[in-house]
Amino acid sequence: MPSEKMLMNGSQTVGEAAVRAGCRYYFGYPITPQNELPEYLSARMPEVGGTFIQGESEVASINMVLGASVSGARTMTSSSSPGISLKQEGISYMAGMELPAVIINMMRGGPGLGNIAPSAADYFQATRGGGHGDYRTPVLAPGGGQELVDLTFEAFDLADKYRNPVMILGDGLMGQIMEPVVFPDFIDLKDLPEKDWALRGCKGREARAIFSMILGQKGELYRHNLDLQKKYDRMTAEEQRWEIKYAEDAELIVVAYGSAARIAESAIEELKAEGINAGLFRPITLWPFPLPALRELSKKVPKLAVFELCLGQMVEDVILSVGERSEIYFHGVPGGIIPTPAQVAEFLRSTVKGDGKVGRRIEV
Amino acid sequence: MSTDIEYKKIFGWPESLKHNPTHYCPGCGHSIAHRLVAECLDEMGLREKTIGVPPVGCSVLAYNYFNFDMVEAPHGRALAVATGIKRVQPDKFVLTYQGDGDLAAIGTAETIHAANRGERISAIFINNAIYGMTGGQMAPTTLLGQNATTAPGGRDARLHGQPIDISRMLAVSNGVVFIERCALTSVKQIRKAKKAIKKSFQCQLDDLGFSLVELLSPCPTNWKVSPKDSWNWVNEEMVKTYPLGVIKDTTGYEDKK
Ligand SMILES: Cc1ncc(C[n+]2csc(CCOP(=O)(O)OP(=O)(O)O)c2C)c(N)n1
Ligand code: SF4
Repeated sequence: MPSEKMLMNGSQTVGEAAVRAGCRYYFGYPITPQNELPEYLSARMPEVGGTFIQGESEVASINMVLGASVSGARTMTSSSSPGISLKQEGISYMAGMELPAVIINMMRGGPGLGNIAPSAADYFQATRGGGHGDYRTPVLAPGGGQELVDLTFEAFDLADKYRNPVMILGDGLMGQIMEPVVFPDFIDLKDLPEKDWALRGCKGREARAIFSMILGQKGELYRHNLDLQKKYDRMTAEEQRWEIKYAEDAELIVVAYGSAARIAESAIEELKAEGINAGLFRPITLWPFPLPALRELSKKVPKLAVFELCLGQMVEDVILSVGERSEIYFHGVPGGIIPTPAQVAEFLRSTVKGDGKVGRRIEV
Repeated sequence: MSTDIEYKKIFGWPESLKHNPTHYCPGCGHSIAHRLVAECLDEMGLREKTIGVPPVGCSVLAYNYFNFDMVEAPHGRALAVATGIKRVQPDKFVLTYQGDGDLAAIGTAETIHAANRGERISAIFINNAIYGMTGGQMAPTTLLGQNATTAPGGRDARLHGQPIDISRMLAVSNGVVFIERCALTSVKQIRKAKKAIKKSFQCQLDDLGFSLVELLSPCPTNWKVSPKDSWNWVNEEMVKTYPLGVIKDTTGYEDKK
């Protein structure tokens, strides 16, 4: 049965959703602002017969995830920016070995230790693979609340479907806001497709190995990479998610995701009262980026106002989507400060007027 | 004409080893260690429930030689990967096979913490006092004065630190139930090593805790000596820094038997 409506913070919401999506193995190392997630799961996992281990580092944790994944389990880890940097080698191995797992990044300000305020400065790292080698991981960017539940379920499904790590990209704000959510019933693990590739001992079959090192003089690694690319192409074709709101009669479109999109929505409300109609394009998958959808929308409304909680990362994907056809304005707020809707409204007013007071025109 | 002689197999190719020629150099200890691990798994009936984790090191391709399920780990992370496997499949037999760089340099944290959690895992630790795979650089276990490509003129304690005795360091943890150091360079020691490996496997089967067998192993190629001299060097020099014998044993096995 689905749960009653519950009031939970974002990190706990992801934790409960993961458990209901069949995740029974969590490995992670504490870091603010996502500690509520491991804390929640340290109590919750034993209740459902699962395992919670606080690893000795993010490096160890992601490799425990690798071991749990190769055993066929639904498994995840979570961290925030500096810790996600440490996990990258493991994520790259898992991509090479085609192992599913879910990785949560509740981003904080950087570079370095930065601070614990929300930020969106890990967009490049998340959407371009992050670690070494030619690989991609789907990146889901929830808008908070119920979507945290839905996308956590989706993340586990996508990971299994493609045998690939999947990242959920949130931030400290989203992790800590309390919102009402409803959880679907527990997934019955027996209903999921059998992972016949998992390593469970070779009884009744030939011994098998799973590895990412591909030697050979006949282009074996070359072909492996082409095969992986085919998989990434399929994801690109089939897994783009986005939301369009208030686009009817809009004179400009705000492009923003995650917490930035929430702030932008309030700014859009504010403008409405002044008679300015602004629409919202919210990518939900950051990779694959919903490029064709944004391109279509920009044909109707050529003025785009890109707003990010960093100094300009997603905007590059916007440029790739619409090229020279649109007028792109950008306003970014670096980590350490949570901008108010009023500040974003100023950016949008400035964009409408084209006066360049807040934000800047991107010359393509 | 029929005969009533009964034949009993007393020696053969272990089922836990594939029939593939290895890439190890002549005189290398890895081949002997592989054989011992395989014999122990066979004799204890564990092959079909074993999941092994080879290291990044000269034995990175161990899955081409071992005939049971194996999964690669990033350099140094074998015991973290093994932890994930064992927690999901506590009824399976999980072993890591790691070099000194893997286990005692880049993977030190994973080693200490897996041991300290008392993970029910058996670790086979190949100590050859050098980085084999990458071509003879200094290892954490390189002896004082021993030459390495990154310690020209020999390891100097002031510059490079002391050779690390990770087995003794691990022994202080209550999560660890059994550690023994053997050498792969004499018949007597090889037999001892096999016994130690079996005992380590038994610790896991009996759910006692973490165990490790350290095997002093020759690397003639990167020591730049003949196989014969490499064996002598283990027996005469290496054992001074790494004395052989049981380092920790809280199993109580001997008492019972
Ligand atoms: C992150 C990372 N750093 C470095 C390497 C390069 N590397 C591969 S094996 C190795 C050392 C191997 O030495 P050891 O663990 O003693 O095993 P051996 O080859 O001697 O059996 C190194 C440094 C790597 N593969 N990954
Ligand atoms: S380099 Fe050394 S450790 Fe590696 S296979 Fe050759 S002898 Fe063995």
